[in-house]
Amino acid sequence: MIPEIGHFAIVLTLFVAMAQGILGTVGAARGIPAWIAFARPAAHAQFLLVTVSFLALVWSFLAKDFSVLYVAQNSNSQLPWFYRMAATWGGHEGSLLLWLLMQTGWASAVSLFSKQLPDAMVARVLGVLGWVTAGFLLFVLFTSNPFERLVPGAMDGMDLNPLLQDIGLILHPPLLYMGYVGFSVVFAFAIAALLAGQLDSTWARWSRPWATAAWLFLTLGIALGSWWAYFELGWGGWWFWDPVENSSFVPWLIGTALIHSLAVTEKRGSFKNWTVLLAISTFSVSLLGAFLVRSGVLTSVHAFATDPGRGVFLLTLFGAVVGSSLLLFALRAPKVGLGGRFALISRESLLLINNVLLAVAASAVILGTLYPLLLDALGLGKLSVGPPYFNAVFVPLMAPALLLIAAGPTANWKSAKIPAMMKQLVHPAWIAVVVGIGAPFLLGRWSALLAFGIGVSAWIASAVIIGIVQRVRATRSGLMAQPRSWLGMHLAHFGIAVFVAGVTVVMGYESEQDLSMMPGDTVMAGDYEVTFRGVRRATGPNYESEVGDFLLSKNGRAIRSLHPEKRAYFSSDMPMTEAAIDANGLRHVYLSLGEALGDGAWSVRVYYKPFVDWIWIGCVLMALGGLLAISDRRYRLKRRAVRKQRTAEGAGA
Amino acid sequence: MKRLWLALAFAALCLPVWAADSAIENRMIEMASELRCLVCQNETIAASRADFAVDIRALIRQKIAEGNTDEDIRNFLVSRYGDYILYRPPLKFATLLLWFGPVLLLAGGFTILATTLRRRRRMDVDAELNDAERERADALLQRSQHHGM
Amino acid sequence: MNRFLLPLIGFIVLVGVLAYGLTLKPSEVPSPLIGKPAPDFTLPELASPDATFSPESMKGKVWLLNVWASWCYPCLEEHPIITDLAVSHGLPIVGLNYKDSPEDAIAWLKRNGNAFQHVISDLKGSVGIDYGVYGVPETYVIDRAGIIRYKHIGAISFSQARNEILPLVRKLQE
Repeated sequence: MIPEIGHFAIVLTLFVAMAQGILGTVGAARGIPAWIAFARPAAHAQFLLVTVSFLALVWSFLAKDFSVLYVAQNSNSQLPWFYRMAATWGGHEGSLLLWLLMQTGWASAVSLFSKQLPDAMVARVLGVLGWVTAGFLLFVLFTSNPFERLVPGAMDGMDLNPLLQDIGLILHPPLLYMGYVGFSVVFAFAIAALLAGQLDSTWARWSRPWATAAWLFLTLGIALGSWWAYFELGWGGWWFWDPVENSSFVPWLIGTALIHSLAVTEKRGSFKNWTVLLAISTFSVSLLGAFLVRSGVLTSVHAFATDPGRGVFLLTLFGAVVGSSLLLFALRAPKVGLGGRFALISRESLLLINNVLLAVAASAVILGTLYPLLLDALGLGKLSVGPPYFNAVFVPLMAPALLLIAAGPTANWKSAKIPAMMKQLVHPAWIAVVVGIGAPFLLGRWSALLAFGIGVSAWIASAVIIGIVQRVRATRSGLMAQPRSWLGMHLAHFGIAVFVAGVTVVMGYESEQDLSMMPGDTVMAGDYEVTFRGVRRATGPNYESEVGDFLLSKNGRAIRSLHPEKRAYFSSDMPMTEAAIDANGLRHVYLSLGEALGDGAWSVRVYYKPFVDWIWIGCVLMALGGLLAISDRRYRLKRRAVRKQRTAEGAGA
Repeated sequence: MKRLWLALAFAALCLPVWAADSAIENRMIEMASELRCLVCQNETIAASRADFAVDIRALIRQKIAEGNTDEDIRNFLVSRYGDYILYRPPLKFATLLLWFGPVLLLAGGFTILATTLRRRRRMDVDAELNDAERERADALLQRSQHHGM
Repeated sequence: MNRFLLPLIGFIVLVGVLAYGLTLKPSEVPSPLIGKPAPDFTLPELASPDATFSPESMKGKVWLLNVWASWCYPCLEEHPIITDLAVSHGLPIVGLNYKDSPEDAIAWLKRNGNAFQHVISDLKGSVGIDYGVYGVPETYVIDRAGIIRYKHIGAISFSQARNEILPLVRKLQE
């Protein structure tokens, strides 16, 4: 019964979404108040209905209802309850329901937090979101229904893929989808503005917090995915340039360009066409990513089980949404005004250069990801494009952008004074050179690339700190009295510095050993000794495990024991490794069990990874910066002012 | 005492072998990290635990010990498995667009930038709204919303 | 032309490529050995290890090299089709027993029937590597001159045998 309610709920949502799509856009165009008024409640109604549907699916998992096909494919009676719950989004159909939950959730949020916007505008925005939601609802209902019944019901499920039985599954997809889907809001704002023929700096001001919110979620989602892969897959890698990873990274790159572009359009009214195009592009590449992951055109360890029918539908959805948006853009863009002028060297021009670099980097990642497909389609054979290519291409493209991060905030709007900029940047410059050249010697190995990485990180970090200190002194108020959006910017930039430092040090100074160890053997990892003491058996709720016992010590003094595992899940014959990691903020010692080699010997992988946590800490700082920025007073003040104005008008009326 | 010296001498003889082993191992891992495991297809031969990867790693070790260069070994594998096994795409006619694409895109991006900036320079528009004007505009917009469209 | 149409045009091209991509099979690795001579080797026969086999001996005939193992489930699935090709169509098929134990292999053949003209043991898989084998089962079609003409990855289904393998073999036999 409950699955049928869930199914019915999404059918209802489809009708509401289509109604919203039509009434919202046409109503705003024709100025029909009743139709416009439909928008806000409709958005809430859709969210409510999808929540009901989602909860119905969660309930089916928790109640172990194996007569629902999707539950039978992704769950098992012995699966612990929190994984059963997370398994709701562990497969294709359920993850689409999660997507819909986020989609309608964001629309509902737009309807809640937009009281100061004209109703017609909101109706248009929600109308566009309604169309997008309707597209996904059609996709779910026609090709990917999670509520399909299995008749007769299964005795037990096939179990959730052991790789997914982890906290990563509980956190990563929701955060990631919040980001992916969140960019549909700024997309909808862009389309609404193009439809209305009203593209100006107020549009940018309204869209900006939505874009930043989506961006910060996407940052967290990607960071979490990377961290999850790091400890789950057992080979110590944190980024593989895998097609699915790239599918999430490209929206992030374009989204970063978007939030910078929105800053310029809001402040100076410039770049309007670029910003609109970026707004359309960010959500477009999210959709492209969804297509790539679910259609089977690219092989990936992350890809969902695929079906050509789904691929065709998704491609049609992608084509329709993005194609119509770009057509609208082509028709309306020539009429958009140019906005404020700016000099050759100004904050505007530096941000423009930054955006070009980000856009080119994103295009390069797309090129590398799709190239095997392109060659295969042209009949030119099959090849692989992997990390060596992406690293070789991406790093040189991003290097100038990293240098700009420190320079940009020192440049004035409209026309920058170069002597003033140089004065502000002189300290970061010599700090960067000294630390960049000196640190590699201290860490053990010198190379130009390492010096550059560490140097640029110091360049950004010191520019941020100096910038903050100077401003606090100049305004004679405290740190927290500064505008939050300004603080947020600096925090996010600082996060990038931390990230770059982490990446550089890990890649330059990590050590990896893949060897066979007998009980009693000791191996060196960095300054630490790792002693193998043997393997014992254990049993978990739905698996059998061989647990390794290792002692970690330094200079002979024992620190702790580590227990990497090799698990055999009852439901699958794929053995799973659970790595054991000792982390202290400055380095990881990472152990992973391989196979038993006979006579008590085991193949073991021992990694020493200095500064690896900084990679994810940097991302968290970036996201926090975004959070600070959207909590800026001007977004809250506006609502208070509007409320005051409305009560005044109400009293007067 | 004599046994100790004997053991040490033996160990000393083995040292070059161990040292060579670890050099071979490092070279093998470096090569194997740029090769694709054809069974798992999204892991490198260095990282994969599949039988196929283990075999190829052993093959590479053997070939290094026989004195082959990195390029020899790569050619050996490519002639049997195709370019697909390389994660670093070889530079040939079919991959010119791949390797030079980013640079071309960069050049293209900056060209568009320069052209757009030049076009702006020709138009004399200063459409900046200052904050006071913007507040007025917002207020006007809100009032118009109360009066219907 | 309206320069703002460029993004749309680029997009249409992209969708076209993706649409075509839906018809392809990305995880199948094509063999670079097609059109090249089958690598030479000498391996012991499974049943009588003193006897050896080499592809030279098959020159002048169109034949199949089927790579299989007793621990491989899809090999068991395709075995009836392999047998059918050998028996009903008179195709000479050589079985390459890949990284398997000879006892297990002999027992497997006893259980499931042996229509191979020769069965040879590639214990370490080194011949397999020479042929670009990365999994089992895989099947090669080799012509009279000893040139590899076709490689099939995975188990051969009945329709694949009928629509791909047999027509090619007939063409090569002319």
